[in-house]
Amino acid sequence: MDINEIRKQFPVLDQQVYGKPLVYLDNAATTQKPLCVIERERDYYLHENCNIHRGVHYLSQMATEAYEHARQTVARFINAPEAQEIVFTRGTTESLNLLATSLLGTHSMCPCNPTVLVTAMEHHSNLVPWQQMVQRQGGKLLVAPMDDSGVLDLHAYEDLLKQGPQIVSMAHVSNTLGTVNPVKEMIRLAHQYGALAVVDGAQSMAHLPIDVQDLDCDFFVFSGHKMYAPMGIGGLYGKTEWLEKLPPYQFGGEMVDTVSFEKTTFNKLPFKFEAGTPNVGAALGLETAIHYIESFDRNEVLKHEDALVAATIKGLSKIEGMRFIGQAPVRSGLVSFIIDGIHPYDLGTIIDKMGVAVRTGHHCAEPVMTRFGIPGTVRASFAMYNTLEEVEVLVKAVNKAANMLR
Amino acid sequence: MTIKEIQDGIVEDFSMFDDWMDRYAMLIEMGKECPIIDDQYRNDQYLINGCQSRVWLHAELKDGKVYYTADSDAVITKGIINLLIKVFSSQTPEDILSADLSFLDEIGLKEHLSPTRSNGLVSMVKQMMLYAEAYKLKGEN
Repeated sequence: MDINEIRKQFPVLDQQVYGKPLVYLDNAATTQKPLCVIERERDYYLHENCNIHRGVHYLSQMATEAYEHARQTVARFINAPEAQEIVFTRGTTESLNLLATSLLGTHSMCPCNPTVLVTAMEHHSNLVPWQQMVQRQGGKLLVAPMDDSGVLDLHAYEDLLKQGPQIVSMAHVSNTLGTVNPVKEMIRLAHQYGALAVVDGAQSMAHLPIDVQDLDCDFFVFSGHKMYAPMGIGGLYGKTEWLEKLPPYQFGGEMVDTVSFEKTTFNKLPFKFEAGTPNVGAALGLETAIHYIESFDRNEVLKHEDALVAATIKGLSKIEGMRFIGQAPVRSGLVSFIIDGIHPYDLGTIIDKMGVAVRTGHHCAEPVMTRFGIPGTVRASFAMYNTLEEVEVLVKAVNKAANMLR
Repeated sequence: MTIKEIQDGIVEDFSMFDDWMDRYAMLIEMGKECPIIDDQYRNDQYLINGCQSRVWLHAELKDGKVYYTADSDAVITKGIINLLIKVFSSQTPEDILSADLSFLDEIGLKEHLSPTRSNGLVSMVKQMMLYAEAYKLKGEN
């Protein structure tokens, strides 16, 4: 794995900010895009652009085929048995809103007073849609706690399952703590107690190999833009038996079968969930991003990213007052920290001036911050193109900023 | 001193530093000496919520002039608050309302007042102006 060669594929990395080389460590927010992905989307608009599933003409057929091919590629990438089990969405947030609305909005899937179980480390996107829907339906939200290192309490999780939630929705990897949850075991337990299991794969898709059949999850959701693909595309995997039962989320466009003023019947899977014109160009970009990820030895990439995390922890731990938020033994892709007496916003502002791009704040996971009694953290998150030299720059910048701010 | 004179003084102080680090070091020092809000006002009623840092602001009118005190949990935010307080505090509501804030551009701190920065500063400036507006109306009645 030649990082220099990889970096050449990401032109955005090769720039200076405030006269310093950019060190981009905000990959959990969004990754940069390789040239092949950018060119794929550009090519689509240069040569192939057309609305799909409706024209009899050549271009429409070609675009439809390309789009459906992208769906097959996504299905293969996460080992979904059938391509029709992949619904294209705008991303994780839309996928989760679709699920919360369709699962809880009608009583065909859930009772009147539904119960949903999430974990204490969820991103707002895997919390607020469920919370709002259970409140509307007179149900309740259960939250499985974690310990001080950011590890889920599996015993408490199982105890909560005994209260009979219909749905369990869990982060595969926490976007603030980096914790990798034991989702396979959590799904097995959820099923044992009769609940459907949803996995939020926003932070895992770019890093960990995903096999939805091995996990046996009922639904798996993800965003393209966090895995080197364009913004505005993501997906929802669902087992056919559930997707068949689930009512549509949005209406109009190609999601219908027959329409009269009295009645509408809906299209077959997965089209009944894809109302309106989809983001075809981005879907093709997503397919190319998958090919790009697959062009590497994924174990090697994982090892490299783990080495970046380890070097960051090692380097930062020498700084006085350093406190790591999230110290799970099994973790992926990111390091979250604060320094005693220093506000994350101040630290982020100073190291930004040194060219280091990190995220500061609550990372759209306010309950996690409340749990640890802090206003926010500084988060460095990695992608395959980051280097150990960049980690050194980060550590030096944090050191310098801490000295300024103390 | 007039608002303009105070602003010119600040621009001059900052122009002594070529290096951004020195400018920020000065801002951090200013943050540490910000006129701290009285504890009784450091509560949710006076809180201006930014996504990244929180700001508390209080104002009172004495002899026709507005006096501001404030606090923030982030020291850079507090430094900028202190700058704004230096400029606006002990001025009349009319002068505050007609003041120009372009001095922040000149000292390279404009980015902190961007509406997209979500540090509470934009809302704070708005709140400072609202106090001035309210005291102006009070004076007219």
